[in-house]
Amino acid sequence: MNTYVVETRTRASNVTAILGMALVIALILLPLYAGRSTIQDMFFILTMLVLAQFWNLLAGYGGLVSIGQQAFVGMGAYALFGGVILAGMDPVPAILLSGVSALVIAIPTAFFAFRLQGAYFAIGTWVIAEVFRLLLAQWKTLGGGTGTSLPRSATKDMWFVDAIKALLDVKTSAARDILAYWLALLLALATIGGIYWLLRTRRGLALAAVRDNTEAAKSVGVDAGRMKWMVFLTSAFGTGLAGGLIYMQKARISPDAAFSVTDWTAYVIFIVVIGGIGTIEGPILGVLIFFALQSLLADFGSWYLLSLGVLAIAIMLIAPRGIWGLISERTGLQLFPIRRRLKGGQLDNLED
Amino acid sequence: MIWIDTLVQGVLLGGLYALFAAGLSLVFGIMRLVNLAHGDLIVMGAYLILVLVTLLGLSPFVALLIAMPLMFALGWVLQKFLLNRTLGDDILPPLLVTFGLSIVLQNALLEGFSADSQRLPTDALTTASMSLGPVTVGVMPLLTFASAIVVIVGLNQLFYRTSLGRAFRATSDDAVTASLMGIKPANIFATATGLALVIVAIAALYLGLRANFDPSVGPARLIYAFEAVIIGGLGSLWGTLIGGIFIGVAQTVGAAINPEWQILSGHLAFLAVLLVRPRGLFPRAHD
Repeated sequence: MNTYVVETRTRASNVTAILGMALVIALILLPLYAGRSTIQDMFFILTMLVLAQFWNLLAGYGGLVSIGQQAFVGMGAYALFGGVILAGMDPVPAILLSGVSALVIAIPTAFFAFRLQGAYFAIGTWVIAEVFRLLLAQWKTLGGGTGTSLPRSATKDMWFVDAIKALLDVKTSAARDILAYWLALLLALATIGGIYWLLRTRRGLALAAVRDNTEAAKSVGVDAGRMKWMVFLTSAFGTGLAGGLIYMQKARISPDAAFSVTDWTAYVIFIVVIGGIGTIEGPILGVLIFFALQSLLADFGSWYLLSLGVLAIAIMLIAPRGIWGLISERTGLQLFPIRRRLKGGQLDNLED
Repeated sequence: MIWIDTLVQGVLLGGLYALFAAGLSLVFGIMRLVNLAHGDLIVMGAYLILVLVTLLGLSPFVALLIAMPLMFALGWVLQKFLLNRTLGDDILPPLLVTFGLSIVLQNALLEGFSADSQRLPTDALTTASMSLGPVTVGVMPLLTFASAIVVIVGLNQLFYRTSLGRAFRATSDDAVTASLMGIKPANIFATATGLALVIVAIAALYLGLRANFDPSVGPARLIYAFEAVIIGGLGSLWGTLIGGIFIGVAQTVGAAINPEWQILSGHLAFLAVLLVRPRGLFPRAHD
């Protein structure tokens, strides 16, 4: 029998799957054996990882370099605060409102930004993010330009907080951090899993084809315009969820912080570029390097961002596929393989 | 009457934005490169003039004459040794490298000059104003606007009357064929960026004379410049001036209604143009 099998799995990916399972279990159980500062650091790493994965989906796979992701972080954050303060929602389900709101504003954003090409698209998204920042700064019930805090009553009786307190025997503030951490872990796993799944479907193949050669992809029937919309809206939704979660944990918002181009786009771009653009492994590696550098250089203020910028420029010039690209090139290692290989059938029989 | 005054101030402000934008437009026109560090280079130029003024006790205008060749050299080196390496079919490297450069410049300025606001010293001339019929205008904004016109006329003359301009146009159209004719595209690009930074130095002078500046104001200047270029239509220098005026008028009219709306109304005017005329008001035939 000549049966052909199209496979993407490799031995490394099988090992990764097993090690990944162990890592996930260790991460879920982290609050049992780690202190509060570790939990907060991990929350930061996981949320930055989510932002990085979605920016990577846009730029690395979709070819859409956006400098306006802070629009979706900020909108997600403000939607959460609006839901809690104005509609009396619980902060946890309000995170879904964050994602939906970011998705809603992504539609007009894409409508305008898709009229611009390449670098102009990049600055166009930035202008639109500025528009949203300036508009939300006018919203006086949510604090206007100076911002506001989540009311204590809302953060005290958040869903699951009492359960976590009872389960782990911790104080309310620590329980809130643990809740935020678990939600961030869930979001990060769903993001990585979702993007990996997407890239392995027909749509993912179409996406890669559009990125590599738009004209050729169109000629085999790929609707390039629709792929762009899909990627842009998906990443806006995910970025909005992350924005809501980040500000649920911060419990304090201001337009300048929530729409900060440095915090939510520059860092994210550096993470992806340093780690390796266009791969799932890249942002994971990038966020770890980013966190290590931040811990090392935190006391040096602006020198930190300066060196991060220099590092990103150097990597873009010397190794445009990032550090993971270098590793992958040397060793052929792929932890999340998406390349399809033909197995079995006549070729194998000939060898026999 | 107040509306005429608002309009005139807006038009004059547009001159400043056109100066911000001219360098961006020049570089894009010749090598299709969008320099995301453009705004930060303007701020750096303002600090350079400030240092020359403070150290040598010069007038800002004399300091500009020294700053211009220095900025040309910086632009030449920057293009030749850094930005030329990013040019190609892939849009990612130039975007990400210039974005990195923007962050590096901002933080280097922050380290060198702190976050305090600075301003170039003004004298009797720069604070004077004069009556033009029904409205009173400052000498400084008038001078800014005149400089923008001079820069644009000068660039157009350079493009269409000199051999360097011919080399610019040839390289812009087809770098490979131009290099067959003995032109070195790498050097042409370096010269173009040098020239763009000379214009940046002029823009920096007026930025520093008009208002306070600190290391963080660069990105906003980039955005205004970008809006002026898009509204005017890519590749048209006179269009860039009109685009600058459009943003300037939108901002002053917005500010006249509510001071908090100044920046927002500029952005909204830009989006409105993008909606109605996606290729700008004076688009070139191709690109």
